[in-house]
Amino acid sequence: MTVPTTHFVIFAALLFAIGAAGVLVRRSGISILLGIELMLNAANLALVAFGRQHGQLDAQVFVFFVMAVAAAEVAVGLALLVAIFRKQRSIDVDRLNVMRW
Amino acid sequence: MMGTAVFYLVAVVGVVSALVAVSHKNPVVNVLSLVVTLFCIAVSYALLGAEFLAAAQILVYAGAILVLFLFVVMLLGAPEEPPVGERRPFQRVAGLALAGIAAAGSIAVLAGIRVAAPAGAAQGTAEALGRLLVGPYLFAFEFISVLLLAAMVGALMLVKRKH
Amino acid sequence: MWAEIAVSAVKVAVIAGTVLTLVAVMEWVERRGAAFIQDRLGPNRVGPLGLFQPIVDAVKLLFKEDLTPANVNRGLYLLAPMISVSVALLTFIVIPFGAGKDITVFGVPLGGIEVAPDLGVGVLFLLAIGSLGVYGIVLAGWSSNNKYSLLGGLRSSAQLISYELSMTLAVLGVLLATGSLRLDAVVARQGGQFWLGVIPQWNVVPQILGCIVFVVAVFAETNRLPFDLAEAETELVAGYHVEYSSMKFAAFLMSEYMNMVTASALIVTLFFGGWTFPGMGRFSGWPLLALSLVAFGIKLAFFLWLFVWVRWSLPRFRYDQLMRLGWKGLLPLATLNLVWVGVAMAMGWIR
Repeated sequence: MTVPTTHFVIFAALLFAIGAAGVLVRRSGISILLGIELMLNAANLALVAFGRQHGQLDAQVFVFFVMAVAAAEVAVGLALLVAIFRKQRSIDVDRLNVMRW
Repeated sequence: MMGTAVFYLVAVVGVVSALVAVSHKNPVVNVLSLVVTLFCIAVSYALLGAEFLAAAQILVYAGAILVLFLFVVMLLGAPEEPPVGERRPFQRVAGLALAGIAAAGSIAVLAGIRVAAPAGAAQGTAEALGRLLVGPYLFAFEFISVLLLAAMVGALMLVKRKH
Repeated sequence: MWAEIAVSAVKVAVIAGTVLTLVAVMEWVERRGAAFIQDRLGPNRVGPLGLFQPIVDAVKLLFKEDLTPANVNRGLYLLAPMISVSVALLTFIVIPFGAGKDITVFGVPLGGIEVAPDLGVGVLFLLAIGSLGVYGIVLAGWSSNNKYSLLGGLRSSAQLISYELSMTLAVLGVLLATGSLRLDAVVARQGGQFWLGVIPQWNVVPQILGCIVFVVAVFAETNRLPFDLAEAETELVAGYHVEYSSMKFAAFLMSEYMNMVTASALIVTLFFGGWTFPGMGRFSGWPLLALSLVAFGIKLAFFLWLFVWVRWSLPRFRYDQLMRLGWKGLLPLATLNLVWVGVAMAMGWIR
């Protein structure tokens, strides 16, 4: 008796929705990045579940690539936050309303 | 049985800690709850037969990416969100409503679907994944390394102080 | 079913008990070793040669007042030492401490003196769980609400990530030569054969560079001198555990020593042949098991002593020196080692 694929996907969908809510509602840059990470992971989980459904490993390779891209995204995103914090003394995304400074 | 029970336990813990991760005020608690959620996802990977991904998930996400988050949170002095008076009520309501609709809609659709039992037991061992990575996906693999290099240079340029 | 569970439980109890006893013994060795290196006597009042000193220390720590400062973040403050100890206890379940593949107990195959011999991801599990150890230190530093703690935690988060890269790259060289992630395969590949009839085929011979990088990196990962910038008592008072007392302080101390045991066991397993020893082909069954444990113990003891030896011989690095060594010294060397192993394997110089 294995867990049906739909249950994994429902789990992933819930995580994705929670992550999306975080990105939409929160205003601190760090929380928004965390929400994005959660959404990426939810998508990964769905991919692996679908991959098992079809008995293929390709989905896992995609997940591997997504992890690498997520690492790159976090490095650049956090570097941006640090740079913004140095200029503005805040990482509230609402304050980012100037084109140059 | 055993695996099934583990999955439902992990799913509940994962969803609850994800809720904490996006809603708590303290950024350190946010990051830590996300660690718990990602750990739950790693356990799900293991249950799906993707043992290499499960280990990589903990090593890459919990061990490196979220430590970087914590590092930045502490470097910036754990900044908290501005007080409630400054918030935009419409944005909150609309965001929560949209996410709620997305969650409810996908669950409604998914719950109605009946699929056959999973096809085969494709075990995601390191060897099997490795053969795919340097075989059919070699170009993407090399491309990812260029992307990582570019991200590294970009991150360095962004935080470099001008003298 | 029940017999298997019983055999596993006994195995876990024996291995965990041995490691925890080693922690106590190491505390004694550290204090006596420090005294020896500094030309003093060290603790010699309790029991023969002061051997019962760790028991006295443990009792003292247990009965000290367990105070929680007023302005700490309570939940995280309590969680931090638990994370440290749990991680330290989890990491050594994939390390093969001795032979015993061919032994059955009550009809159950023993599978070697190793808690989880069937874990396919092997050393990857150890690296993954070990990488969680940083949370204990960082959380202790942050939740204590003390600037010295915060500085300690901040330093340690950057330090551990930096040195983890070199460490993993050094391990990759060994995995490449073995062709498996499992540590018992790593041990099996190194045993029983010799170069020129005398040099055992340990990984340290072709991969001396990787071995040096790995040893330096695990010193940083275990937060030991010369890389103990997270606690640095001369600048940060006691760093991340400044606000901890009694058993919570002891928990950090114990996890540091357990990490030391795991790190030494890992050095032995990856680079120095694990439990194999010259002439082991003549034994099998229980005698082989006993001798392999002795061989592993001797190698382990040497590296545990190395930790003490280095601690009392080298001064602490400055933070910028630490980062420079990690990124500009060890990382290129580890990469070079990996390239060398790849080339040597492709050319057939090493099997």
